[in-house]
Amino acid sequence: MVPQLFFAYFAMVIVITSVLVITRKNPVHSVLWMLLLFIHIAALYLFLNAEFLAVIQIIIYAGAILVLFLFVIMLLNLKKEELGKRFQRGWTLSILIGAFSIALLLSILGKVTVFPPPGPYSIEAIQREGSIMTLGRLLYTEYLFPFEIVSVILLVAIIGAVVLAKKRRIGG
Amino acid sequence: MVPLSWYIVLSALVFSIGIIGFLIRRNIIIMLMCIELMLNAVNISFAAFAHYMQDMRGQIMVFFVIAVAASEAVIGLALVIALFRNKPTVNIDEINIMKG
Repeated sequence: MVPQLFFAYFAMVIVITSVLVITRKNPVHSVLWMLLLFIHIAALYLFLNAEFLAVIQIIIYAGAILVLFLFVIMLLNLKKEELGKRFQRGWTLSILIGAFSIALLLSILGKVTVFPPPGPYSIEAIQREGSIMTLGRLLYTEYLFPFEIVSVILLVAIIGAVVLAKKRRIGG
Repeated sequence: MVPLSWYIVLSALVFSIGIIGFLIRRNIIIMLMCIELMLNAVNISFAAFAHYMQDMRGQIMVFFVIAVAASEAVIGLALVIALFRNKPTVNIDEINIMKG
């Protein structure tokens, strides 16, 4: 009973804060609600025995990405934007599309009944070796090539950000 | 024990809220945040399947998704800054300088 109650609390807060994120007028408020959302998602990862993911979620999402968003919002002067309308013209149609996507996802996912046999990484096996050790072994052996590709993607992001945000000299 | 389907329902709900937010908002920074919201919804279901199928590969996928999300946020915000320099607005209705 207790796990269900905890899950209900975290799920409720996640849904409410994500609605608040998309409806607040001031972007700074949206970012702060999103911080609460990410902390609750990290707590949900702890339920799923993904301790390292919870830590990564806090450090990267809450610590890096949200600070970057806040930084850009502070950098741009958005006083004029806050006075105008916040929603698009055809927003009722958009909400219908969203409701349709909820119905579609739930009807598809409700049909899934065949699951693969459980893999070798049971809770006992992970506890014997340690969670991070198991993850690291998998990441640096079986997923070494995707890992290297991700490093190239991050390099492209660094170079792209520098090139895009650099101030161009006139006539230079 | 919480059943797997609860996590899947939560993930679908958050994903759809992300879609709605992406479609209804005018502010381009909020639209980028909605993309982050959708990626997080996918991460929840990856982690849930990893736990219930007893397979760590789902968690590896979450790492890759987080790395791509970070790159996407960086590039998107750099584009917003570059756009703001040309036309001081983040309202997507007013960004039509590429229109012929």
